[in-house]
Amino acid sequence: MVNYNLTNQRLNKQQEMLLEIQKLQFAALDIALFLDTHPNDPVALYRHKMYTERLRQVKDAYEMEFGPMTIMGHEVGDSWRYINGPWPWES
Amino acid sequence: MFIYEKKLQYPVRVSNKDVRMAKAVLTQYGGPDGELSASMNYLTQRFSMPLNELKAILTDIGTEELGHMEMVATLFKKLIKGATKDELIAAGMGGYFADHETCPFLVDAEGEHWDSKFTQAKGDPIADLYNDMAAEQKARATYENLIVLTDDPLVKDTLRWLREREIVHFQRFGEGLRLYEEYSNSKKYF
Repeated sequence: MVNYNLTNQRLNKQQEMLLEIQKLQFAALDIALFLDTHPNDPVALYRHKMYTERLRQVKDAYEMEFGPMTIMGHEVGDSWRYINGPWPWES
Repeated sequence: MFIYEKKLQYPVRVSNKDVRMAKAVLTQYGGPDGELSASMNYLTQRFSMPLNELKAILTDIGTEELGHMEMVATLFKKLIKGATKDELIAAGMGGYFADHETCPFLVDAEGEHWDSKFTQAKGDPIADLYNDMAAEQKARATYENLIVLTDDPLVKDTLRWLREREIVHFQRFGEGLRLYEEYSNSKKYF
């Protein structure tokens, strides 16, 4: 995954949680592509289940704190935080 | 359908402004072997694929490529951010600025516009899958050329990651091709 040793940048809480989501989602996606052509592979199935379960937990926590990541996400506050910056190309 | 998720697939970072590099990376946005071409190849070809494995892999890789477009556009915006008039002109981007300011647009590194002729959908699974494997190798080669063009370790990091994805996709398409060959051999319809 991303080599943050290349900079001395300190991540804030939102960036740290986002990085964790990116890591888990990347693992789940890469295994899913493998499953597309190997749909009966038990090890890949197990790993996909593991990563997606953990991903759901981290994503729920992120959305609770920073607002929905998708327009189907759950907004718990009284304002639609989905529109809040920074957008992915700005951060 | 598609739902947007508000995050990049992998972080995009740059150390410094580099207008010349911004112009070069644009080819992976709207060039012949860029991410739009790849995505449109796969998301179109899937409609004529006979096996569920092939429908799935073309859908999912075609979708991932849309995420890569977003990463390349982000890289462009970060590299061009704060460019002066003189820097834009020196990098050969004066004409580009007149038409698009600093918004990423679907052009190659020389400003040639994207064309649907960059994509293929023959309707024949063997022809299309070989095309897709070649497309991944051409994109890999383009990323390697872009890596040569920069000294910025952060830009290299993003480009290396994108290059690696082309190799994984090539592997999956190869497996898809093998699955189709097994399927068509078992049918004996000639």
